[in-house]
Parts: sequence; structure tokens; C-alpha cells
Amino acid sequence: MENVATAAASSQAVAKRLKKRYAAERRFKALGFGAIALALGFLGILLVTIFSNGSTALVQTNIRLDVTFDAETLGVSPVNPSADELLRANYGGVIKSALSKAFPDVSGGQRRQLYKLVSTGADLPLRDKLMANPGLLGTTVSVWMTAGADVDMAMKGHVSRKPGVEGNRLTDAQLGWLDELEKRDAVTKKFNTTLFTTGDSREPEQAGLWGAVVGSFFSLSVTLLVCFPLGVATSVYLEEFAPKNKWTHLIEVNINNLAAVPSVVFGLLGLAIFLNFFGMPRSAPLVGGLVLALISMPTIIIAGRAAMKAVPPSIREAALGLGASKLQMVTDHVLPLSMPGILTGTILGMAHALGETAPLLMIGMVAFIVDIPASPLDPSAVLPVQVYLWADSPERAFVERTSAAIMVLLFFLAMMNLAAIMLRKKFERRW
Amino acid sequence: MQLLTLMVVLLLLTAFGYRLGRSRALATASGNPRLLHSLPSYHGYYVALWCGLPALVLIAGWLALEPALLHWMVMSSLPVDLQGMADERLALIYNEVRNVARYGHTPSIPAVGEAAQHYNAVRHTMFISVALGALALAVAALAYAHRRIHADMRARNQVEATVKVFLVLASTMAIFTTVGIVMSLLFESLLFFRHVSLIEFLFGTQWSPQIAMRADQVGSSGAFGAVPLFAGTLLISGIAMAVAVPLGLLSAIYMSEYAAPKFRSVVKPLLEVLAGIPTVVYGFFAALTVAPFIRDVGSSLGLSVASESALAAGLVMGIMIIPFVSSLSDDVINAVPQSLREGAFGLGATKSETIRQVVIPAALPGIIGGVLLAASRAIGETMIVVMAAGLAANLTANPLEAVTTVTTQIVTLLVGDQEFDSPKTLAAFALGLVLFTVTLALNVVALHIVNKYREKYD
Repeated sequence: MENVATAAASSQAVAKRLKKRYAAERRFKALGFGAIALALGFLGILLVTIFSNGSTALVQTNIRLDVTFDAETLGVSPVNPSADELLRANYGGVIKSALSKAFPDVSGGQRRQLYKLVSTGADLPLRDKLMANPGLLGTTVSVWMTAGADVDMAMKGHVSRKPGVEGNRLTDAQLGWLDELEKRDAVTKKFNTTLFTTGDSREPEQAGLWGAVVGSFFSLSVTLLVCFPLGVATSVYLEEFAPKNKWTHLIEVNINNLAAVPSVVFGLLGLAIFLNFFGMPRSAPLVGGLVLALISMPTIIIAGRAAMKAVPPSIREAALGLGASKLQMVTDHVLPLSMPGILTGTILGMAHALGETAPLLMIGMVAFIVDIPASPLDPSAVLPVQVYLWADSPERAFVERTSAAIMVLLFFLAMMNLAAIMLRKKFERRW
Repeated sequence: MQLLTLMVVLLLLTAFGYRLGRSRALATASGNPRLLHSLPSYHGYYVALWCGLPALVLIAGWLALEPALLHWMVMSSLPVDLQGMADERLALIYNEVRNVARYGHTPSIPAVGEAAQHYNAVRHTMFISVALGALALAVAALAYAHRRIHADMRARNQVEATVKVFLVLASTMAIFTTVGIVMSLLFESLLFFRHVSLIEFLFGTQWSPQIAMRADQVGSSGAFGAVPLFAGTLLISGIAMAVAVPLGLLSAIYMSEYAAPKFRSVVKPLLEVLAGIPTVVYGFFAALTVAPFIRDVGSSLGLSVASESALAAGLVMGIMIIPFVSSLSDDVINAVPQSLREGAFGLGATKSETIRQVVIPAALPGIIGGVLLAASRAIGETMIVVMAAGLAANLTANPLEAVTTVTTQIVTLLVGDQEFDSPKTLAAFALGLVLFTVTLALNVVALHIVNKYREKYD
């Protein structure tokens, strides 16, 4: 009788304990899932923040004005002005008079505020228009002009349009004019071509990414040209030729350690060796590319060796058995078979190099450069550095443009990674 | 541009050499390739290598020597009264000469303008002579190699020997890079330690690298005690690790022990996206979104939070490091033999008990190695702290205050125009040396632990 009672009691205790243990099990599992959810949640917040901030930069507020190409205001001769005259003419004055005409009752003191509605760079399209068609001289045409950055921000709702609210950079009068223009149907948002076609600028509405894109392209070309041949040669040597000795071991240890050296240290190397010792130009994509090549070399070597290791020894033995030399075996069999893997590694290494910023700051790629670089020797920005520079600018409009620049950067990274994945999928082979 | 033309001409000549060598080899064998020792293309490569390599070496040597030669020739042509000046002044003048000559800046004194003209003339003459020399060398070597071709020549062996030399040279690049890093860091740091003692640098608690404006004020350089930077770096990476280790480890455990293969195949690449996002993006996110958010939360709780708090930078850095911790721990956990788990299940342990009491202890050395690798990455991370951490060197353990880090200071000290030999810029190299040493030590230890662990279960 007693035995049964204790058995019942203990089974009850076991059941209780088991329940507790299962609860602990469920808690642990939920904890793991929660960790993943949290990490992905962060990723989601990051991307949503960037995209919601940046997507509005794809359009730009434009204002329509009736512009009179008045010879007197322009300061050119009324009949058949020379191209040189048209080049130097006062288009800003034309815009100002068009604005005054649109709002005739604005007094002298407030005019300056009125003029700020339109971007300071709006005169260049007018110049191009008139130079392309000199017959417009003396006529009045209706033109869409880039609005100033503050107007743009107000129109996009990034800053409040209520008068007197903090952070509102437009005066009450300017907001009134803006409302009036909207009533006249003279305000619209158009695709922001400036962002994708011009270089950097201090004015947000005139700032573009193209200079940085070209700079990144030059840098990565240099990187690829330097580190692909050297990386493949190193992997071939270490994987196929190197004897197992201390020297080879030293090289291998070195490569593994280089892969983990902070990138900013590579920047110091570039500054000390490339700039100060060899006297290469500052801010040039050539130097940037070389530094990035040193950074991505270990990635390519490690990927290359892994790809060559995956080629079965029987292929090598067959080639050697048919009388190929060792080098012929490598160039005719091992390399072609491992090329997809090597290329995948190279693309991933390049993608990493594209996002690298810190070492480029060291070699002076933070200069403010307006011109589009024409060669790898010209001073230039690169995409991530452009992000850094814009992120540092105080104007609200640059927040939007920084996010847009990040979107472009992420787009290129996504494309490169996609290419790598597709390459791997297409040529992946199980022996 | 001129150099590019020269290279293209050389390349064309090399291609011509290849054709010539190939056809001559076939001709000596009267059109029957079987009579040749090597394939005809190897004879082609043989001639091409002879044609291209010596000329290339000549051009490379010239490129390396050109700045020094130009410097010497221009400086010795300067007027005597200029030559007697102090070295620093002379360096400035030479810099100006170069800018005038290359970019057409307006010279400040006429002598510089003349020197710039001389500079351009010398440069031009040197380039022409080197170009002619290289082309002559290429043609001569081509003729030599072409004459040596005959059916019995071991062209393949010679070409392969050359290629092998190239392979060996390429593989020493890694060593050269390391040597370059160490040399440049050491050399500049030694210059720095002439101004500031090592003890003061490593143990001083004052960091204010601002230097008095007048150059003749000896000893007016700021304080270079790096302890606040080390403390700030430790604080921010500590916060980052406190975020990344639990999250990374738990997600790795879930992924390797619980998740269905389909879930894993979707979530793992997504987590890896976190590692692929450029750090400048994280920096922007930290400065724009996270830091204001933390400040607002703090002020609603009645805490005073700096707008560039260590917490914001550390938190975002932690997110960035999650995939490093998780993928490394994932590997390690997967390497634990299945038999250990089955033993635990057989004894009646639940899955979580097995993981906590069997799998994790067995995988611990590997996990520690992975955590050390992640820590070294956190210490060396630059852009997040440059954009989201402060510049003021506060010695504090309060995560709500602004601190600065080693990498932030390296960047701030070196960005912008400075004289290169002031203690301020040299301090960046000393900091770089500390950073390099610490991360290297962490890596060596971590790799050692991981490798030892791997051997245990292999």
C-alpha cells in the first residue's frame, strides 16, 4: 500500500518536473527565435528608414515661371548676339524678373526672400535653352525650374509648412507665395535627373552622385586589375605548387591575418607608402583602388584556394597521366573548373571593396569635388565617401539625398551579390 | 596618358612577338609541329616574354625612381639663395613647383615659375628617353629571342619557369603587405615617440591633440595620453559585444538545432545581409535614427543622454557584428558530433538541456574563438564610431555619455590638410600601431583556439 502511495507521489512530482522542463524547453526555443526575429527586425528598420527617407529624393520640386529672354536684362545685344555673349549673359536676372512679374506686389526688401524660391543653379538650363535656340531672344516662354532646397523639403513634407514651426526654414511670406504658386498649378515634382547626372555641390538641389559613381567605377577597375591576377596567381601557387614548408606556412598565416586587419590600418599604409613615399596624387581613384586591392586580396585568395581544393585530384592525375605539364594541368583543367568559384569570390570581394570607406578617408578621398573624374588620376569621390560627406552636411535636404545615395550603393551591392549567387547556382558542380 | 600610349605600343609589340615566334617555330619545323620540342604557341610566348618583360622592368624602375630624380634635378637648379634655406621651406617650395608644373597653379615667386618650367622640361626629356630606351630594349630582346628559336629549343620549360617565378612573386605580396603595414606604422610611430614618451602615450589620461598655431612654439603640442581612447574603444566594443554575443549565439543555436532546413535557407542569407551592408550606412543610421531615439527615451526617463552617446554607436555596431558571431558559432555547433547529442537524448534530456549542458560546453572553445574574432572586428570598426561617437576624449564608463575611440581619432587626426611631420598626424600612426597589435593578437589567439578545437573533433 505504502509503495503505491510513494509511486503515485513521485510520478506526480515527475509530471510536475516534466512540465517545468518542457516549459523551459519552449522558453529556450522562443528565445532563439526571438533573437533571429530581433536581428531581422533591426535589418528591417534600417532598410525601411533608409528607403522612406531616400525615396523622395527621386523627385525634385519644380516651379513654372514665365521667363522673358529680355536682351537688356540678359546684357546681350538684341540682334544676333554672339555665342560668347550668350554664354556670359545674366540669366539669374531673367529669373529674378520672372519671379517679380509672378508676384508684382512684393516690395523691395522681401524680393530677396522671393528669389530664394528658385535654386541658384536654375540659370544653367536657361542658358542651354537659349543657346540651343537663339531665336527665343525677346520672347516669353513658360519654363519649369528647379526649386530651392527649402521649398523642396516643404513640398515633400519633410519640414512642416505651418508658419512658425521649429525647423521650418521658409518664412511665412515664402510659404504664402508657395501656396499661391500651387493654386496657379505652377508647382510640380519631376524625376530628379540632377541626382544621377551631376557631381557634388554645396546646394542640395544641385548635388548629384554621378561623380561618385564614376569614381567608384575607376577605383574598382584598378582594384580588379591588380588583385584578380595577383590573387589567382597566389592561390595557384599555394594550392598547386608550393611545397609544405615554413615559408609557405608563413605566407598562409600572413594571408589569414591580413584578412582580419582593420581596414583603417590599410588606409594608414596607403597614406604612408603610396602618398608620402611614392608621391602619388591625393584623392585619386588609382591610389584608392590600390589600397582596396590590398584589402580584398585575402578574400580572393581564400575563395580561390577553396575553389581549387574542390576540383577532385582525379582530374589532375588524368591530365598529368596524358602527359600535360603541371602548369598545363593548371591552366587547362584546374583553373577552368574552379573559375566560377574564383569569380564568385572575386565579385564578393569587389562588393566589399565598394562599400569600404575608412581607408579612403585616410588617402584624402574626402575632398569636395564637383567635376566628374575623367581618368583614375583625377581627384574624385567614391559612393560610400559621398554618403559620409553628405551625412555630415547640416541641411535637411541632404538627409534625403544621403539616403538616396545609400539606396544607389545598396542597389549596386545587391546587383553584385545577385551576380555572384547566379554564377554559383549556374556553375555549381558536385563531383 | 603618355605612359598609357607607351604601354599600348609595348603590348602591340609583344603581340607581334608572339606571332613572330610562333610562325618561326613552325617554319623551322617546316610546318610540321610534331618535330618541335614544344608547342608552337610556347615559342610564341617565349618571344613575347623576352619582348615585354625587360622593357616593363625598365619602365617600372623608372616610375619608382622618377620622383627622386626629378626632385634632385629641380632642386639643384634652384637659385643659390633659395637652396640655402631650411629643409622644411625647401620641401614647401618643391611642393609648389610641382603644383605649378602639373596643375598650372600661379607661382608665388618667379623662381618657382622657372623651376616649374625646368621641372616639366626635365620630366618630358626623361620620359622620351625612357620610352625610346624601353622600345629599343623590347625590339632588341625580340630580335634576340627570335634568333634563338629552333625546333629543339625547350620553349615550354623556359616559359613555365618564368610563369612560376611570377606565381612565387605574387604569393609573396601578402608578406610584403604585412611588412609594409608594420614598417609604415613603426617608422611613423618612432617619429611620434621622439615628441611624446611611450609611457605618457600609453598611460596618460589627457588626450587633446590640438596644437598651437605658431610653429616655433616648441613643446606646445597638446596632450597625448591615450587612455581615454582605449577606455572609449573598450566601452563601445563592450556594448557591441553585449548585443552581438547573446543575439548571435541564440540565433545560431536556433538555426542549427531547431530550424527546419527551409527556414534556415531563407533566414541565414538574410542575416548575412547584415554583414554585407557597408559600415558607412550603419554609421548614418546610428547618427540619424538610433542616437536621437536613445536621447529621447533617456530624456523621457529623466536621464541626460549625450546626443553622440556610446550606447547608440555600440548598439548599432552590435547589430552589425551579429552575423559574424552567428555564422562562426553555427559552424562550431555543427561540428559537435551527433553522438554527443544522441547520448544526452538517450539519458532523457530535453533538447534545450542537451544544448545547454552538452552541445555548448563541447563547442565552447570554438565559440570563444569566434567571439574573439568578432571583438577584434568591433575594435577595428571605424565608420560607425566616426559618424556616431563623439570627439571629446572623456574618461568614463557611463554608456550614456559621449566617448571617443582609437579609430575615430585616427580618422579625425588625418582627414584635412596637415603637415605630415607634426606630432598630431604622427599620433594617428602610433594609434594605428596599437590597433594593429591588439587586433593581430586577438586574431592569432582566436585562430589558434578555433584550429585546436577543429582538430579535437576531426
